[in-house]
Amino acid sequence: MAIRKVLGIETEYGILIRGAADSNPIAASSVLINAFVNDLTRSAPSPSGTPKVGWDFEDESPGNDARGFAPEGTMAPEIETHLVNAVLTNGARYYVDHAHPELSTPECADPRTTVVYDRAAEKILQRSMVAANRTLPPGQEIVVYKNNSDRKGNSYGCHENYLMDRTVPFGRVVAHVMPHFITRQIYCGAGKVGSEASGVSADEVPFQLTQRADFFEEEVGLETTLKRPIVNTRDEPHADAQKYRRLHVIVGDANLSEIATFLKLGTTALVLSMVEDEFLPREFVFTGPVQALRRVSYDLSLRRPLELTDGTTVTALEVQWELFDRAKKYGEEFGYECVGGDDVGRDIVRRWESVLTGLETDFVSLADQLDWVAKYRMIDGYRERHGLDWDDARLAAMDIQYHDLRPDKGLASRVGLERLSNDDEVELAMSEPPPDTRAYFRGKCLQRWGDSIVAANWDSLVFDIGGDPLRRVPMMEPMRGTKAHVGRLIEECSTAAELLERLGS
Amino acid sequence: MAEREQKKKPAPQKQDEVVEEAPATSESGEKIKAELDDLLDEIDEVLESNAEEFVKSYVQKGGQ
Repeated sequence: MAIRKVLGIETEYGILIRGAADSNPIAASSVLINAFVNDLTRSAPSPSGTPKVGWDFEDESPGNDARGFAPEGTMAPEIETHLVNAVLTNGARYYVDHAHPELSTPECADPRTTVVYDRAAEKILQRSMVAANRTLPPGQEIVVYKNNSDRKGNSYGCHENYLMDRTVPFGRVVAHVMPHFITRQIYCGAGKVGSEASGVSADEVPFQLTQRADFFEEEVGLETTLKRPIVNTRDEPHADAQKYRRLHVIVGDANLSEIATFLKLGTTALVLSMVEDEFLPREFVFTGPVQALRRVSYDLSLRRPLELTDGTTVTALEVQWELFDRAKKYGEEFGYECVGGDDVGRDIVRRWESVLTGLETDFVSLADQLDWVAKYRMIDGYRERHGLDWDDARLAAMDIQYHDLRPDKGLASRVGLERLSNDDEVELAMSEPPPDTRAYFRGKCLQRWGDSIVAANWDSLVFDIGGDPLRRVPMMEPMRGTKAHVGRLIEECSTAAELLERLGS
Repeated sequence: MAEREQKKKPAPQKQDEVVEEAPATSESGEKIKAELDDLLDEIDEVLESNAEEFVKSYVQKGGQ
């Protein structure tokens, strides 16, 4: 049986300092995150409920390759240990990475919960902007954008992570996620005016489905910043490496639409479960996956044929219909425990079908569901109203502004996108961890005994309870340390020392 | 290796020959147009004032 797809999203946000003569994005990102942390310290009801805890790099090894080898000439990603790095009481990590503020959601046990934490991440960035801007000279402002490109060839990522069964051969994972990643763009894309690929003009590609397709040059590989591969092989489970792998997905866009985020996570979690249970009979092997990725992104008709190595062709919609049909049968046969239960699973499948139907008949009908459709409809409408060409700067500006996270400026919040989450649960998720993964233990310990925790990472917490050597508490099982497991224990302990003693017994 | 079922069924024919985006039909089309007009009126007030300058100044360092 497929294992539970514990999952999370890491987002690198775009950042600008407006009104400053020259700006350093690393400094700006540090100001942003420190301002948030200090703001919490000032307003925290309890002295220990603040994220003063640094990240523990002990178990970081992003250079490990899931294929078991590293081809010559590849570069392992660097770890920047000297920059701001906070662990939040909701179990998230908030830090500076590659000159961007980055927020990784806590581990979530289902795609819907992940949507709530992704939305909470946006609220944390919004609150950070407000706090940071109070510290800046008059006329200066830090602004954060949830997008993936500056339209000048520089891209930054929104990565998904899925827990998988280690016994599944990685080659089989690659064979099935490749066609899914190439074709899920038709509902996951955040949309972009024009193209950043060299030699592609606005006449050829006035608008495309995704932010990221222009930046992928390889099929499979370890890199994340250069020659980006469609399937990333980073083998760093952040869990028991004998049992688990973490599929690190770098090919997606950052979505503002909750439905798009939900479908991106939900369909991928189902495809991975079907890979584990060998439920996908057919492999779609594209002759040129990198070309196919772009071809799909550039094709608003959604009907352009893609060549397969067996000499036939398929369209992105046809691949998605087949995956959908299998997923529906899979759910009927196995249930949806792997993606968090029948309610969530049925919702994924229902929305998947409805979106494919909409894309097939009249994509504009999905303007309240999908980012690329909402953005296209708005920008194309503006273009027609003012009689503009597609390469007009006003359209490019609207494209960027769609992703502006300031409530009074962002366009995505104005286009009428349907919500999955509600404001109360999002507000709560800014400080409370999800109850049903190990993030609960991390978050609750930080809330209760933040002063006694010297470092934290995904799979351990390090306590300093004075006198004794530092004590590391390993958390190698992502589905343990939940409220059901440790809720009462944490409530009953009054000190970190007592917790450690009872955990050790 | 486990024997894998080799299903060579042709891709499902979602028969629609229209390759261009299908235009919305009259009534719902009117409503959609009116909604879009309202949206465009609303966003007009928040759009970046100097688009060219803004787009030029939006420069990011490459990330992951």
